[in-house]
Amino acid sequence: MTSVTPSVLAERRPLGDRGFQILALAAGLVVLVILVLIAVSTTQQASSWFATEGTSVFSSSWNPAAHQYGALAFIYGTAITAVIAIVLAVPVSVGVALLLTQVVPYRWARPLVYVIDLLAVVPSVVWGLWGILVFAPWIQGVYSSVGSGLQGVPVLGSLFGPPTSGASFFTAGIILAFMITPIVTSLSREVTATVPAIDREGAYALGATRLEMIRGVVLPHSQGGIVGAVLLGLGRAMGETIAAALVIGSSATITSHLFAPGYNMPAVIANEFGEATGLFRSALMGLGVLLFIFTIIINVLARTIVARSARRGRGA
Amino acid sequence: MALVTAEPPKVNLREPPSWRRAKNRMVTTLMVLSFVLMIIPLGLVLATVIAKGASVISWPFLTSQIPPSVLPANAGGIGPAVLGTIEITALAALLAVPLGILGAIYLNEYGGNRPLARLIGFMADVMTGVPSIVMGLFIFSIWVLHFGFSGLAGAFALGCLMLPIVIRSTDEMLKLVPNSLREGSYALGATKARVTVTVVLPAAFGGIVSGVLLAIARAAGETAPLLFTILTVTAANPNVFSGANTSLPSQIFVNASSPYVGAQARGWGAALTLIAIAFLLMIAARIVTARFARYAP
Repeated sequence: MTSVTPSVLAERRPLGDRGFQILALAAGLVVLVILVLIAVSTTQQASSWFATEGTSVFSSSWNPAAHQYGALAFIYGTAITAVIAIVLAVPVSVGVALLLTQVVPYRWARPLVYVIDLLAVVPSVVWGLWGILVFAPWIQGVYSSVGSGLQGVPVLGSLFGPPTSGASFFTAGIILAFMITPIVTSLSREVTATVPAIDREGAYALGATRLEMIRGVVLPHSQGGIVGAVLLGLGRAMGETIAAALVIGSSATITSHLFAPGYNMPAVIANEFGEATGLFRSALMGLGVLLFIFTIIINVLARTIVARSARRGRGA
Repeated sequence: MALVTAEPPKVNLREPPSWRRAKNRMVTTLMVLSFVLMIIPLGLVLATVIAKGASVISWPFLTSQIPPSVLPANAGGIGPAVLGTIEITALAALLAVPLGILGAIYLNEYGGNRPLARLIGFMADVMTGVPSIVMGLFIFSIWVLHFGFSGLAGAFALGCLMLPIVIRSTDEMLKLVPNSLREGSYALGATKARVTVTVVLPAAFGGIVSGVLLAIARAAGETAPLLFTILTVTAANPNVFSGANTSLPSQIFVNASSPYVGAQARGWGAALTLIAIAFLLMIAARIVTARFARYAP
């Protein structure tokens, strides 16, 4: 919001006034300073890994005992779990967002939003605790019956067949999905709520059903915003640490079997960094740098898309 | 005279059932179903945490020392973790909240549409997406390597997480303050700093406090930034500025990976405590918004 330039008549601005402005500017600059410092300091700590391994930082062999530190298994695990989380979370989130903005009257929508906010406040570590002690043992049974049923079936068998384990890529993906639904929902809700009433009523006046109105008016209007919301959810799912560290199974393997134990970047850092020294620590720090780069790219992309669609939504 | 009560002919104005209506109804059902799907995990987690945590939790549990993991559920408690969480989160808030509010004042009152302000606002949004574990690694490399583990280092990491959230929520609230208030004060000859501090901030007070409380609730539940900054010990450490410390989330993380039933039970108790803290902060935020926010979004 632009504010009016004050006191053109004043001869000089008092010192305190100028001081306050400088203080505020400095506080704003802290954000940029922190982001630069994160990039510089972690890269510096990881430099010996990048220097020693060269391009084989992206190799698939991870064996700290033999001083092999290839990160591919973790990058693969991060991608797989994040994609599972997105595939499960997005339809539900968009459905709830449409329910809250297009179906339920505003008076009833508010309490429902409070419930979703509660979901957002449950800490990551509590999801992890529940995931490993309650959810994983239960879903283990589901996995093994699905797995034995699909064993030998061409494509499905190599995705869902044995080996199966309660702590696995898929369990991590499900828990991550629970954790990112609130954010994807609230962002989708923001964009679907800004659809001009006149467009919606126009569609109804032409005899459209609610579904036809949503497909013809709401979705075209909020496409960009929803894509941005999905990308932000993806970024969250990639960086979410503690829950994944507890339920992913901690096994640095690259496999197409989604029910098999795996590993991802944040989880391996959380689990191994405490005991790591030397090149091992540097390698884990390097995984942090890669994670930082991936999430920054995704977030910049998502925010740009959201900002652009918000500008279009206002009709500018 | 006989009253003629002519019944109007009955016309059925309802549209005949059709495939379009059926599809519409099906999709509406799917939306309701997705809401149900969304709250089922929440209900399950809350039910489990309350069921398993309530039997452990008591005043002595919240205050006594953390026992070795092998001891049964009724031994010891999580006192040091409660103390650590309160100390570290409070210190983080002390660092991040003034900075965040000042940053938002720059964005909204001074920056306007300047490229620098737009960049800072954009980067604050991007910073909310930086994984919390990266914040932990960052503080580890610039602070812990030189000055050792401490509650302060943990507070730095949590503060880094809170900062962009506080900036963004405060910024939203400042945007809602009507310009006429600012112009009225300028007309009385007030300087910009004075207008901001005595007119704009009080007008947005409720919303700012509510945003801050939500940011604190988020930070209090974070584990990843604390792992390599406070080191998770079992002894109580009232000195937040030096020496390894502990917190509720880190203690839950340790207990969740423990094979001992007693340790797991203490984990559930700690989880219930943590969720209770987060929910209380959230409810407080709602009350503040309802009571004090003059310009609600």
